[in-house]
Amino acid sequence: MQHRLVVPVIALSAVLNFPSFSHAQARLPGAVYDFDRKGEKPGPAPKRDISGIWEPASGPSGGIQGKGAAAMESCKREKPGGKYVVDPNAPVTDTGYATPDCLKPDVEPPYTALGRETVKAHIPVEGYRMVPDSLTNDPILKCDPGGFPRINLHNFRTSEILQTSTHVVILYKFQHRWRQIWTDGRELPKDPENPAWSNSSDALPPESRWWGYSVGKWTDDYTFVVNTNGFYDDRTWLDNAGLPQSDAMQVEETYHRVDANHLELSIKITDPKMYTKPWIALDKLSLRLQSPNFEIQEMECSPSDQEHWNKYFGNQTGPAGAK
Amino acid sequence: MKQSLAAMLVLTVALLIVSPSLVAHHGSASFDTAKKLTLKGSVVEWFWANPHCFLRFSVKDESGQAVEWVVETQSGPNILPLGYTKQTFKPGDEVTVTLQPVRNGKPLGRLLSVVLPNGKKLGAMGEGSGTANGSDEPK
Repeated sequence: MQHRLVVPVIALSAVLNFPSFSHAQARLPGAVYDFDRKGEKPGPAPKRDISGIWEPASGPSGGIQGKGAAAMESCKREKPGGKYVVDPNAPVTDTGYATPDCLKPDVEPPYTALGRETVKAHIPVEGYRMVPDSLTNDPILKCDPGGFPRINLHNFRTSEILQTSTHVVILYKFQHRWRQIWTDGRELPKDPENPAWSNSSDALPPESRWWGYSVGKWTDDYTFVVNTNGFYDDRTWLDNAGLPQSDAMQVEETYHRVDANHLELSIKITDPKMYTKPWIALDKLSLRLQSPNFEIQEMECSPSDQEHWNKYFGNQTGPAGAK
Repeated sequence: MKQSLAAMLVLTVALLIVSPSLVAHHGSASFDTAKKLTLKGSVVEWFWANPHCFLRFSVKDESGQAVEWVVETQSGPNILPLGYTKQTFKPGDEVTVTLQPVRNGKPLGRLLSVVLPNGKKLGAMGEGSGTANGSDEPK
């Protein structure tokens, strides 16, 4: 149905100047962000402790990263908190849709030929190459698992870290997922399909995983480094902008406890099939410790709910005149 | 009357305020981010869902023909802080919806704000709202 219908329009605003956008947003009730505590002087970081409930320090959307990995900054502003600076004549990307130029990643990952071919095969609904929902092949829009490290590179929302004597567990709000990171001294398997400990009687059979196989260790009293491999093939994307990953990927997460209130998360990607060299996909995302009483909301992806939504937005949003 | 005028003022100001970067689950390529429509209509369905809630409402055009519009918003947990609940709308409620339409001309859009039958206005992520717990994120 086209817009020839005359509807009782009370107001029709054509806001052609993107710079008029503001950045107002909701906040999670009960959460504390850095802007709530301007001028604070946090206490010292506790030793070998990253446990607790963490929320992006800059606000609930601080870990969403619609631009994709390695592009942490939002669209540029004239000044802090000011108007966006956006090219009003944004170029048409290889997906055929013009999107605000400010969504382009600041740094392009070092693709191999296969990596570049794979990223072009990924048709995302976010980032510089975004298309309408009806044209995407993003697996998470079918409620497939987003997998790791996408859970950190897109929609890093409230998460709880639990520490035991043998492992660290991270509970993620987004998609209601969890990961287990071994800290009992075992090494990352050289061949994740055949880890050395698979001969022990209490070991699970080796398997490739949506979330990989993770081991972690403290490199000093305030820095916890996690390495993960054992991934599936390229059915998972690295982020919402469609960056590729393969079964050869190894991910290094660094959790640095800055002070009593803050934790910084960085991520390095090594994947010789998709990238010519290791690169930093996340650079010191600041997380803020919340009260132990802070509740993590449920944020599931229901396939049947999504199917109902698809009747309208998944199936009817493109492509006529969509540029 | 003063309340209505105030509500309209808030609505008008709010129309000029939206962020392109706060969409949680999917992007905005489907939507004409340069346009906004405000429509009065009658609720057909309020679908409280994960990962996206949506509101179907019927709008009459000038000839009296009913046109069904559908506007999406974020997941239930995401919009709870903005004041929405599963019971916010019931079929037949008269509402005023401000939306960002899709680019292809179909009666679909993204919910920016809605005025309920009792005059209360609820916003959406990225929308300046007079009633939601919005806050400016410092950068």
